[in-house]
Amino acid sequence: MNCFGIRGLNLYYAGFHALKDISMDIEAKKVTAFIGPSGCGKSTLIKTLNRMNDLVEDCRITGEVRLFGESVFGGMDVNHLRKRVGMVFQKPNPFPMSVYDNIAFGPRSHGIRSKYELDEIVETSLRNAAIWDEVKDRLRKSALGLSGGQQQRMCIARALAVAPEVLLMDEPTSALDPVSTGKIEELLLTLREDYSIVIVTHNMQQAARISDSTAFLLLGDLVEYGGTEALFAMPKDKRTEDYITGRFG
Amino acid sequence: MNVNKKNHQRKLSELFMAFLTYGAAAATFGVLFFLVAFIFVKGIPHIKPSLFSLSYNSENVSLTPALAATVIATPMALLITAPLGVFAAIYLTEYAKRGNRWVILVRVTTEALSGIPSIVYGLFGSLFFVLFLGWGYSMLAGVFTLSIMILPLIIRSSEEALKAVPDAYREGAFGLGAGKLRTVFKIVLPSAMPGILAGVILSIGRIVGETAALIYTAGTVAQIPANPMQSARTLSVHMYALSTEGFHTDESYATAVVLLFVVILINAASVRISRRIGGRA
Ligand SMILES: Nc1ncnc2c1ncn2[C@@H]1O[C@H](COP(=O)(O)OP(=O)(O)OP(=O)(O)O)[C@@H](O)[C@H]1O
Ligand SMILES: [Mg+2]
Repeated sequence: MNCFGIRGLNLYYAGFHALKDISMDIEAKKVTAFIGPSGCGKSTLIKTLNRMNDLVEDCRITGEVRLFGESVFGGMDVNHLRKRVGMVFQKPNPFPMSVYDNIAFGPRSHGIRSKYELDEIVETSLRNAAIWDEVKDRLRKSALGLSGGQQQRMCIARALAVAPEVLLMDEPTSALDPVSTGKIEELLLTLREDYSIVIVTHNMQQAARISDSTAFLLLGDLVEYGGTEALFAMPKDKRTEDYITGRFG
Repeated sequence: MNVNKKNHQRKLSELFMAFLTYGAAAATFGVLFFLVAFIFVKGIPHIKPSLFSLSYNSENVSLTPALAATVIATPMALLITAPLGVFAAIYLTEYAKRGNRWVILVRVTTEALSGIPSIVYGLFGSLFFVLFLGWGYSMLAGVFTLSIMILPLIIRSSEEALKAVPDAYREGAFGLGAGKLRTVFKIVLPSAMPGILAGVILSIGRIVGETAALIYTAGTVAQIPANPMQSARTLSVHMYALSTEGFHTDESYATAVVLLFVVILINAASVRISRRIGGRA
């Protein structure tokens, strides 16, 4: 089953054509990686999936993005879309409040008020993000006191707390050390069972390790898209081959 | 040889810079210390119980009515202006589109207004509130004049505080589907609170120290105002009146000591409040 169906997607920042006629299907309950050199439009594409580009003035989009068949741009409420499609950012961005309030912020935004329910959501989300043991004794302390890697896993827990169907991650480990990166990669492999995951990465080994499918973008074009193993072993396009063998980028 | 000479020169200029910075710091501290010491020496010996009598007459020159007027006028002006200014700043930073003409107009206006001498506000208040609206010399006219006077200050400091909130917070909240209203009021505003309160503290300082804007609006009657339509003088106006009359210079200094303590007290309280709010956020 596909979680996203993208058809003829074009995106313009003012006069700049950032995504050019992109069409692709993203499979549900799989990890899909976007790779490509800096500025090729990976972030732009992933942000289109939960309409974070709405926040950018002068951003114009044509084409179609469907989430389980439902048009994302049509009548869908953007807050409901973002509840279903969670996002983790490049730099960990905990809110300046306690760990508990960070995790509870999303559920509270969607109307959950009962303390009992919130307690449960906070614990489950933190457990699912493999950080419960590290923070269970300091739930009421500021999240800003956590290490970078812990903050990022807490941000993953925060995204999980609203029970999304899809998790978008824009270079979630690029600001982290190798140990924290390893922990998050491990976590992704377990999360894959329950969520559809789309991840942007600069690190091709990472894409190879954790993703089922990989899309290679270049200057706003989707150059090649397919199973990760095949794409890395036998790239069909010359440009893909040049990129993964490190000849540019 | 040459290198040695250069080193020597560098050391000299470093010494000179150190001397300048220490000197500037010492001079600043010295002036402040001298000012406070001067007021204390001249004022403290003249603080006596009669200065705190419930009502003023030319015998006791009581400061109680003025103290009361100050303590009433300050929160009243803040109550009007703080919400207005903070909401205006929220509109400017969170809702208005960049480059919107209306926003540029508001920004230029606040900038211009914050540079205007307070006597101009006093004149405006006197013409508009006192005469045109027919409120006469009254606390209300004074409070509204003060409110207008501090509005630009509150808008600008709140705007700076809101702008300093990292966009990553906004993205994080929107990314959870929180929506604009919740993002602004639950995430952005609490993070900006310490900066907003710093602006409020500055405004308190301006209100408490104001005379020119009040003399022609709130008037100079030395009484505890029974209602907002009565005239009253704040501590600063009281001091001004005493000094210009020239008969009660000693009591004027004693009043200055009390005013100093009021300002210190208000500042300490504000810092505590901002710490508490900042700590929660
Ligand atoms: N808000 C914006 N306004 C105008 N142009 C933008 C905006 N955001 C991105 N761009 C441009 O769109 C292109 C794609 O940017 P994008 O951030 O999607 O690249 P990326 O592949 O994520 O790069 P990186 O690997 O450096 O994160 C770039 O040329 C960038 O300069
Ligand atoms: Mg990017």
